[in-house]
Amino acid sequence: MEQKDVIIIGGGPAGLAAAVELCRRGVRDILILEREETAGGILKQCIHDGFGLTRFHTTLSGPEYAQRFLDETEKENIQILTGTSVLSLTPDRVVTAVGRGGLKHFKAKAVVLAMGCRERTRGALAIPGERPAGVFTAGVAQSYINLHNRMVGKRAVILGSGDIGMIMARRLTLEGAEVSAVFEIQPYPSGLPRNIHQCLEDYGIPLYLSHTVTDIHGKARLTGVTVSQVDEKLKPVPGTEQDFSCDTLILSVGLIPENELSMQAGVQIDPRTKGAVVDEFCRTSVEGIFAAGNVLHVHDLVDFVSLEAERLADSVAEYVKSGSLPENRLSISADKNINHTVPQKISGKNGFTLSLRVSRPLAGCEIQVLQNGKVIQSKKMKKAIPAEMIQIPVSRESLSGNGNLEVRALC
Amino acid sequence: MQQFDVIIVGGGVVGSAVARELSRYKLQIGVLEKNMDVCNETSGRNSGVVHGGFAYDTGSLKAQLCVEGNQEFDRVSEELDVPFRRTGKVLVGNTEEDMKNLEKTMLQGKRNGVRGLTLIDGERLHELVPAVRGEFALLSPNSGIVDPFRYTIALAESAAVNGASYFFGREVNSIRRNPDQSYTISTTDGEFRTRWIVNSAGLGCGSISDMLGITGYRIIGSKGDYIILDKKTGPLLPMPVYPVPSNTYMGVHVTPTVDGNVIVGPNAENVTNFTYYGVPQKSIDFLAENASSLWPCIRRSDYIRNYSGILPKWVDENGAIQDFRIEVRDDIAPHAVNLVGIESPGLTAALPIARRVVSLMAERADLKPNPDFQPRRKGPERFAAQSEERKQELIGRDPDYGDVICRCEEVTKAEILQAIHNPLGVCTLTGIKYRTRSMMGRCQGGYCQMRVAELIEQELGIPPEALLYERKNSRLFTGKVRG
Repeated sequence: MEQKDVIIIGGGPAGLAAAVELCRRGVRDILILEREETAGGILKQCIHDGFGLTRFHTTLSGPEYAQRFLDETEKENIQILTGTSVLSLTPDRVVTAVGRGGLKHFKAKAVVLAMGCRERTRGALAIPGERPAGVFTAGVAQSYINLHNRMVGKRAVILGSGDIGMIMARRLTLEGAEVSAVFEIQPYPSGLPRNIHQCLEDYGIPLYLSHTVTDIHGKARLTGVTVSQVDEKLKPVPGTEQDFSCDTLILSVGLIPENELSMQAGVQIDPRTKGAVVDEFCRTSVEGIFAAGNVLHVHDLVDFVSLEAERLADSVAEYVKSGSLPENRLSISADKNINHTVPQKISGKNGFTLSLRVSRPLAGCEIQVLQNGKVIQSKKMKKAIPAEMIQIPVSRESLSGNGNLEVRALC
Repeated sequence: MQQFDVIIVGGGVVGSAVARELSRYKLQIGVLEKNMDVCNETSGRNSGVVHGGFAYDTGSLKAQLCVEGNQEFDRVSEELDVPFRRTGKVLVGNTEEDMKNLEKTMLQGKRNGVRGLTLIDGERLHELVPAVRGEFALLSPNSGIVDPFRYTIALAESAAVNGASYFFGREVNSIRRNPDQSYTISTTDGEFRTRWIVNSAGLGCGSISDMLGITGYRIIGSKGDYIILDKKTGPLLPMPVYPVPSNTYMGVHVTPTVDGNVIVGPNAENVTNFTYYGVPQKSIDFLAENASSLWPCIRRSDYIRNYSGILPKWVDENGAIQDFRIEVRDDIAPHAVNLVGIESPGLTAALPIARRVVSLMAERADLKPNPDFQPRRKGPERFAAQSEERKQELIGRDPDYGDVICRCEEVTKAEILQAIHNPLGVCTLTGIKYRTRSMMGRCQGGYCQMRVAELIEQELGIPPEALLYERKNSRLFTGKVRG
């Protein structure tokens, strides 16, 4: 069994950024395990631009953004095993991976989970109707068009106003398909405002809020969908059915952090983020296992994935060198206006960046972080929407070593 | 025109079992299937339960053939290299009336020759299935579970390697009897001439009967919808759990699959449209609610997929469900074996049914044994199911076993390639899915579908616009994006 200081599972934006930063902190015995033939993760298929504004102050395409980190890993001589799938991870950090060369076992001082996420599917939503060809998740359609040179259809509708769905609306339009509408079950869009402007409004694609697909037609290839309005409880309103004829339905209905390996290792999962419960060190509930990026919680921008992974490198480096990190005895709770926070626990001894999403659109609100009933940090916002991840720095000075934290949004 | 000794209409589990049993003899066998693969209808769309045989009237063919089929399943599944687990099964009751029904069912089962049936109390029930809710149960230790796709595919592949020819995308339009007593079958894609016909058309058995001149069978469809749950639920359900059955319907139950998922269903609705497989919202809600009272582990977040199946039920003029019918009507259609109303337990009884077909033919014709018949069939070796040593050995022999294509189900390139080059020549995306379990996991192909599609295109030289998802015309792509 090969020993490593750090094994990073996943060579996407989180894994690469963590590896590069770890090197800079003097941890060089690193191995990245990547299941695909080339590293870079989902960025490889994201040929649109808009990446890097926060991290690099310039706008890049997905492959360009990934390349910046790939260049650094090459410069730092970081070992990446591609075409290698991790089959199992144990609580004592034994990683079993498989590639064309055979099965390999590694034991690491620290494991970084960076597996990203997967798309929610039609079956998971239990969308009724027939089961013809022509129903694709947005990421699969994107992969077919951008990586495999396969055109998925001529007349599409899109369910869900997630960012990839909207980006695919534009992509399909640019490739000559007709995109007649985007339907969103919530009364507000679920993707970023910039994508609503740049991908829908600029191309005259209507967005129907409080609408969902209630039937799917076609025995061989999709022939159309029935769409209904929904009420406040998101239940379809009878009598509002409308038929749309199309040969393609693109689903952009949510991302789920890919935590099967984490669960296998016994990592505690937050039911709201569907990612690990972590502290400010991105440390999970299992000794020596850390998590960052979309496997931890779904991010709106890849820039934040990189920044989070780079911060994680600090604590992983510290852990590898000293063998321990401060205890995390304090928990962070949130009120009903906040969907979730990351981290969920802290030591109270370090400053950290609190990431959160609101659970519904809020106008003119103040997000407050309290400890022992006292506001220690706050952020005033004209508008807060669930699509945007909000980050609030909490300084070391403002924290006391005792007392749980509460987060609330006052409107 | 192609000339056959026997043409089997329908490549479901029964048609494929017939083809396989007939391939023990020196015969030119053809199977006409209107879909692009075997088991695309009733045979692949059910609970995958190998039934004990207690639920059917004593003396009926359903009871006899089910008990016979059940008893040989260990041997057959081993011979055909198909996963089968004799899990046992419980019918769970709560009231005095339930108890009376279970006692009645047990008595009927004993009369049918079903072994090992016992009434168990709540304590024993909760030992067997800790999560189940109920006061007592009838335990059938010999019931089991099988993958209905892989079982049907195995029978069909066994038939094919023993010489039977499968013709997909051939729907029968008409049947004509020639002066020499042979038949000419006209299909959507060509004519076939044959000395014998076996009607194993499932939902189409009534119309094929009519074409043979054996009129008057009334077939209704009983449609059942199902929800499939994530594999993480599998450990919570060691065996199928059923409510107390009514006379006509087994009730909404929960069933583990051999691969570790749980399926919830079915409801039962009489239908006249035999091609509509949509699952309505109200069914999904009904199933979850109903089955939760038996087994409260059903969470929306564990839904992976839903599907439906339709059972062909032969009913009399009053709508009463009839037994299986296996007949040769020498007066009307000599040399035609007519199978009518083969519904549940058709999966369990497929091979016994096939042997009845063979003996009806043998009574009327001289069947010569095929000396080359090979009963054993080897399926692709599943990487995920192997020990670490065996995995290492497989990769050493073929590096494609080290190439994981489907992450959720841990399916390797080697298995995908073996499935693409299957003996039946099936090349649809779902064909590869049912043979390998790729695209069947929790991400439903989000990671592997494009890789599988690319491999099919490459291996078989299929242009993108011709690649089919499942049925005829179910094109996955409109073509290339560029050049």
